[in-house]
This record gives sequence, C-alpha cells and structure tokens, in this order.
Amino acid sequence: MATHNKTKKQSVKSPKSKKGHEHGPAEHGHGGHGEHGHTDYITIWKYLVMLLVASVVGPMFGIKVVTLLTAFGIAVVKAYLVIKHFMHLPVERKFVAYFVGTALIFMFLFYAGVSGDVMNHTGRNWSNVAAKQETERALKYIQEHPHGHHGDAEDETSSDH
Amino acid sequence: MKPVATTRSASGTPTGRLAVWWVIASEIVIFGGLLGSYIMHRLGHPEFGDYASHTNTWIGAFNTLVLLTSSLTAVLAHQAAENKDGEKAFQLLMCTIGGALTFVMVKSVEWTIEITSGFTITTNAFWSFYYTAAGLHALHVIAGAIIMAFVAVDARQGKELQRVELVGIYWHFVDVVWIFLFPLLYIAK
Repeated sequence: MATHNKTKKQSVKSPKSKKGHEHGPAEHGHGGHGEHGHTDYITIWKYLVMLLVASVVGPMFGIKVVTLLTAFGIAVVKAYLVIKHFMHLPVERKFVAYFVGTALIFMFLFYAGVSGDVMNHTGRNWSNVAAKQETERALKYIQEHPHGHHGDAEDETSSDH
Repeated sequence: MKPVATTRSASGTPTGRLAVWWVIASEIVIFGGLLGSYIMHRLGHPEFGDYASHTNTWIGAFNTLVLLTSSLTAVLAHQAAENKDGEKAFQLLMCTIGGALTFVMVKSVEWTIEITSGFTITTNAFWSFYYTAAGLHALHVIAGAIIMAFVAVDARQGKELQRVELVGIYWHFVDVVWIFLFPLLYIAK
C-alpha cells in the first residue's frame, strides 16, 4: 500500500498530470490529482472531527484567548484541511488559486473599508445615535435580566439595525 | 451532442472544473461580504454576545459533524468515479445527499424551537444576521443536494463521471462556509 501511495503521490506531482492532458481536459477532467489513498481521506476526516471537538470544548473554559484560538483558529485549520485534501486546490493550475484568492482579498478590502463606520458609533464629524442608543438599551436590559428569558424575546426586539 | 465548451479547454483546466471554481470565487464574495458584515456588527454591538447565547451549540456542532462526514463521502465518491466505479460513486453521493437532508431537517427543528421561543428574523440585528446567513447557507445545501442527485443518477449509468468531482468541489465549499459560520453564530457568545 505504501508503494502504491508513493506511486499515486508521484503521479499527483507530475507536470503532465497537473495539466490534465492524460485523459483530455474535456472528457475526463481530473488533472491526475484524484489518485489518493483511501486511508488518507478518512484520516483527514478524523482530524476534522477531533478539531471540531476541540473547538466545542475550548470555549467551555471561559478564557477569551482560548475561545478565540479554539473557535476561530481551528476553523481556519479545518478550512485549510478541506481545501487542500478534499478540494485539491494545490493540484489545480496556479491561476485558479489566484482568482479564488482575489475574491478573498476583495472580501478583506470590503471589511477594511467599511468596518470603521460600522464598528464605531462615533467619528470625527459624525455620530451614529441610533446604534449607540440601541447598544445602551440592550446592555441595560441584559444587566436587568442577567439570566435571559426565552419567552420574552419580544422585550429584546429592536427596530434599529 | 455536447456543448462546444465541454470538448475543448483553452486554460489547460477542464472547462467544467474551471466553471465550478469561478462559481466558488463569486460565492466567496457573497458569503464573505455577509460574514464580514456580521463580524463588524458583532464587534460594534457587544449585546450580540448575549443574543447569541440562545443558539444551541450542540445542534450546531452536530450539523458540523454531519457536513464534515458528507464532505468525506463526496470525496470518496470522486475517488470511486476516478476508478470508473459509477455504482459506488452513486451510493456515496446518495450518502452525501442523506447528510444534506439531515442537515436541513436538524436546522428546521432548530429554527422551529427558536421561532416558537420568539426569536425571529425581525427580533433584532443578531437574529437578522443569524437567519440570513444560516438560511442562505441552507439554500446552498439544498441546491447542491438537488444537483448532486442528477449527477448521481448519471454516474450510476456510467455517464459524465467527471461531474462527480465538480459537484464535490462545490459541496466542500458549502462545508467550508459552515466551518466559519459555526463558530461565529454558535461559539462566539
């Protein structure tokens, strides 16, 4: 099996298989990257499940840094494992990763451009009165009702979004 | 008679696969914009943490497990298709569709509980984001399952086996979106 896997890995990395000319791009279209050992996928799945457990257990400690690391850090690791091993992005032509990465960059650009106006409620010459009032109202309500009321969700209703 | 695009490729990448990656790039902008907006509002409204305490982490974790497992069956279906085993690819795609149905059913139960508790899409901004993001994701799950069914039927007959990989790539993307949605909506509270 190890030899078979080595052979499969070699075929994954060969330039010919990368371009997918072995079978004809239109007819078969696998680009030679599909030959992975059966065990590999299940092993990756096991890692994903273990990471899921860690991401659920981590926040239970109530430590903010641990929560951030386990919840969001692990999410990034899980996404990486799925993209690399299930979607096989590394075996695609480079330009595919480039235009997928471009979409991600635009997402970050959007965040960078807009976040200042959304996350802050006051600025140099402006003030988001509605958002400030809503936050103050909500925090006051939470302070007065620390345990929350499942049936009183209408008390938490806000017209301000 | 096949469309011209399926008989040639100018990029060296099979046309269908290139098209799926284009779709994924555009979906990144859609979901990225939505999740980015949510993160901005979450950081600007500390009360969101209290609102989020009403989401059920265990249901979210179970759904994450379901989607991760369905991603496994989808990639195993791809492997079967590569080995020209259409019947096995069909069975594994059916398992993936089963995962999709499980996900949607669990989400339906979860939303029923939340809506009957008074947490609707108009309750506050957090719940607006919650239903919009999770709902948009669920629509993608349903659409993916429907397309997967068509691909599975063809695969069973040994036809268009390359489409098993294509629908699998889309499915893994749907999984990746949920991988980020889960901590944002169910853990950050």
